This record gives sequence, structure tokens and C-alpha cells, in this order.
Amino acid sequence: MTTKLGFRFGHAFLGASLGAFGLACTTADAAEQITFVSQGGAYQQAQTVAILDPSAKKLGITINQDSIPDAWPAIKTQVGSGKPIWDVVDTPTGYCLRGGEQGLIEKLDFSKIPNAAAMPEAYRSPYSVSYEFYSSVLAFSQKTFPKDAPNSWADFWDVKKFPGRRALRNHPIATLEAALMADGVAPDKLYPLDVDRAFKKLEEIKPNITVWWTSGAQSAQLLNDGEVDMEMAWNGRVSAVAKEGAKVTFTYNQGILQSTSLCVLKGAPNLETAVKFLNEAVDPVHQANLPLNIDYGPGNPKAFDTGVIKPERAAQLPSEPANAAKQALMSYAWWSSPAGEAAEKRWAAFMQK
Amino acid sequence: MLALVSPALLVILLLIVLPVGWLAWQSIYHDGFTLEHYRRILNEDIYWRSFALTFEISLLVTVLALVLGYPVAYAANAVPKAWSVVILALVVLPFWTSVLVRAYAWLALLQRTGVINQFLRYLDVIGEPLALVHNTFGTVVATVHILLPFMVLPLYATMQKIPNDLMQAGASLGGSPAFTFFRVFMPLSLPGVLAGSTMVFVLCLGFYITPELLGGGRTVMVSMLVSRNVELYNQFGAASAVAVVLLLSVLLIFFVVGRFISLDRVLGQK
Repeated sequence: MTTKLGFRFGHAFLGASLGAFGLACTTADAAEQITFVSQGGAYQQAQTVAILDPSAKKLGITINQDSIPDAWPAIKTQVGSGKPIWDVVDTPTGYCLRGGEQGLIEKLDFSKIPNAAAMPEAYRSPYSVSYEFYSSVLAFSQKTFPKDAPNSWADFWDVKKFPGRRALRNHPIATLEAALMADGVAPDKLYPLDVDRAFKKLEEIKPNITVWWTSGAQSAQLLNDGEVDMEMAWNGRVSAVAKEGAKVTFTYNQGILQSTSLCVLKGAPNLETAVKFLNEAVDPVHQANLPLNIDYGPGNPKAFDTGVIKPERAAQLPSEPANAAKQALMSYAWWSSPAGEAAEKRWAAFMQK
Repeated sequence: MLALVSPALLVILLLIVLPVGWLAWQSIYHDGFTLEHYRRILNEDIYWRSFALTFEISLLVTVLALVLGYPVAYAANAVPKAWSVVILALVVLPFWTSVLVRAYAWLALLQRTGVINQFLRYLDVIGEPLALVHNTFGTVVATVHILLPFMVLPLYATMQKIPNDLMQAGASLGGSPAFTFFRVFMPLSLPGVLAGSTMVFVLCLGFYITPELLGGGRTVMVSMLVSRNVELYNQFGAASAVAVVLLLSVLLIFFVVGRFISLDRVLGQK
């Protein structure tokens, strides 16, 4: 937890950096504006083209952008100081829920967000709206497995039938789900997770895990260099490596479908505009434009009905209905519950044993 | 005098004393005074294991750096000036390369499809690639490489100050080269050994990127506990407490070593 003193430091620091940014933007002379925060890099560029610029134009507002790899500590600091600077954040859905419970995130009025109201119940929460989907999938080398490739987490666990070096993410989220599916739990029967059973199953594969990766870049490098023959990885990372010529691919079968969501900081300076933007951002047409720019799926499944995404492109995306049906939808509600937090804490002890 | 040093003092105050003070404060204060975080470090296994592993690896790295670094420093001191410049340049050049770059370079050398394994397989020395990285071995190799300059430079500085006359006197009294080395030169170089070892050991205690990239996730050093507490669990208090314990260990080491030798004299020439 951050202390009072911490808030003041954090606030001063953020204030200084954003102040400079704000000055540069005043020339736009927009009555309405918001500050939108995402994770930067190719991803934020893609959404700027597909969603942010068109939304700003349509609503006649100015969208100031900021980026941070991990928004959570900053959200805590800003809202704790009582004067948040950001309005809308694109962040892993779990943080929106946890933030909602801790009073850091605004409760949404869905009557003002008709685009989201039409989305499946599981894709939204009182505090958040799904914005884009990615998937933790089983990826493998086609050199090692030219045919009879592993196709399920049970295959990943089967070291006799599929000999080879393996990697998993050094993080319990999605990894526990994979372990349970390997142990025979159906993708739609995962929650609440049987944590004991999952860790027991993980103990089984632990001696055969060469690397526990910590960053997406690392997972891509492992597969690209042939350091491992199969691993859990994010679909976009695998397809990027494959595009560069590596003989690797992945299956959506038993993938774990994950999302980032949009949520609004409690006491956001431009609350009303932020909600207006939220509705616009999940508009099916804007959403359909996102996968044309990057390998992530739209948060709003209605995007697939717009005709913008060609069928062959749709087939590659994690949230395309047929692909989604093969996967487990992650329950962020469970992960942000006390049981979920306890499972996260247990991970460190598991790794060091 | 005070006017002259005050800008420097101000910088130190702003950049070091205040953040460290804030850090320490966070570790004991959260909605009131609490020693919960320290209690956890004492009671929970994973903290003990990480601290033990970190001290083990640091000790191993220090010994290896000494074994490898001493001959290098000795050679740089013994050869003619022009050659010693070359030797020192070879020591210092990697020192100027980013730690991240060097960690990835070791990955390229050591991994399964890396240069070393490919070469050994080409020579038919091995059938299956050796597991040289994503374990403690890879971590130690890369860490020794990265920290070697911190061993060689203080050793060289100390050796340079050993008068050559003493060695000549020893030889003129009938001492063999080996005898004069062990009885005269080596004892006089001990302050350098202690200074270099302290530097390497203390720096190694805080290593983060190298074990993160080359340890395969299993070599969990203390600094990784700090980052995981912040990133995974959002527990700034717990992270601060671990950091404070690490900082105190380092200060304690400096204090103890400082009682035996004057570190600033060895590190600060003349």
C-alpha cells in the first residue's frame, strides 16, 4: 500500500509529465477531452488507428494519450491522491474488477453505453467493458512435431508421447487453468478453480519445464530459437514469430481466452465524456478495425457481423465465435476474489520448492 | 566549505536519502504501524530460501571472480606499460557494454542451439545439447563475467602500490619466485582482494536482470522477490521490507569490512 507521502510524490511526478503533455494539447481548443491510457507499443498504435482517432472524430472530442506497461500502481496512486489525471484505462480486466472492489474504479451506467449492453454478460462487469481479446495458447515447433502435434494440455503433460522441451509462464493466471484442463476438467467447468488439484498437476510437469518465462518477448525468443519445443504463449507473440519465418504454430484448442477491458478511474476529471468514449470505443465497426491492424480479437463480438473482418482473417482471431468455443473464458471475477488472490500468493512458494 | 558541498548534499538528499527513507517508512506503516512484513520475512520459507540462495550465489561468484581476476590483475601489473594498457582495456571494454546486452549474448552462447552447444556437437564431443543456461549455472557464468572488472580494478590498484624493491630484496636473499610471491607479494595484495571481493559480493546481492533472463525462473534471487511483490501482488510494503533487509545486509558487510581495511584508500588510489 502506498502512503500519504507516496501519493504526493507520485502525483507530483505524474503531474509534471502530464502537465507538459497538456500544454501541447491546449491548441486543439476542445471543450471536451479525455485522457486515455493504454500499454503502448505496436498495440497502442494499432488501436489509435482503428479506434481512438475515429472515435475522437465522431464524438468531436480530443483524446489525450498516455501509456504505461502496468497501470495498476499508478491507478492506486492517482485515485488515492484524490485528484486523478487519467480518465479511461485499457488494462487487464482483473485490475478493473479489483479496482472496483477497492473503490478505485467508477461503477458504469450501462444505459449510457448501449454498445456494451448488447455484449454477452460474461464480457462485461459493473466496472468494465471488454475491449480486446488475446489468448494463452499451446504453441509448438513444427520442426519437432511435423505431424501428430500436441493438441491439448493433456498432450502437453504427456512427456512420453510428446518428448521435447517445455516452457510455461511464471505466473499462475492461465497456467492453473491449463493444469486443470490437462487433468480432465472441461473448459466450461473450470471455475471456481480447484487450486489444490491444479498445483498437484503442475508438480507433475515441473521437472520437465525447462524455462518459466516472465515476459512475452522471452516466450517468443524461446520458441524462435528452438530453445523449447512447446510452450504456453500468447497467440499474437506466436503468430509474430511465425510471420518472421520460424517454423512454429499454435492451436486454439483449450486456449485460455483473456481480455483487457476499459474502465474509468473513480472521480475522473472528465467522467461524462469518458463514458461517451467508452460507448464509442466498443462500437462494432471501430472494434472490427482493430484486428486489421494487429493480431488481437475485438472485445465486442458484434464486430464479426459488420463484414469488415474477412472470414479468413476472422478464423485467425482468438475471439472469433468458433475459436472462442474451443477455449476457456477466463473468469477475472474469480481471480480477483480472495481465493484467486490466495492462489497467486501460493505461486511463489510453488516456484521455489 | 559547507557552501561548496551543499549542492552535492542536496542531490544526495533528494535522490538517495528521501526515497530510501520513504521506502523504509512504507515497510512499517500501512494504516498504522505494523511489523507484519518483517514478521513474514522471518517466518515464511520462500524468503529464507531466496536470501540463502542469493548469498550462496554471491559467494560462488565472488570466489570465481577472484580466481579468474587475480591472475589478470597480476599480469596487468607485471607486464610492460603498453601491454598492461591492452589488458586493462580488455577488462574495461565489456564493463561499458549494457548488462542486458551481455545477458543476451550469454544466451546466444549457452542455449541449446547456441554457439557452444553447436560447436561441441560439430566436434562430436556430445550427442545431446548440454543444459548450460536457464539454470543456476548460466546465471553464475554471466554474473561472473559482468562483475569481473569490479574485482580486477581494485586488485590492480593495490598491486601497483606494492614496491618492486621488496620482491627484488626477497629474491636477493635467496627466495625462489614462488616463495617471494607467497610470502611477500600476496600478503601485500590482500587489501585489494578484500576490497574487490566486497564489491563483487555486494553488487551480486542485488542482481536482477541476469538471473531473471538466464535463471529459467527457478533461480529466484532477493531482488526478484522485490519485483514480484510489486508487480504480481501489488504489495509495496512487503517489497519495501525485503529491500530494507537487503540494504541493511549490504551496509553491515561494508561496516565489517571497513573495520579491517580502509575501502576508500584501496578504491580511491594513492
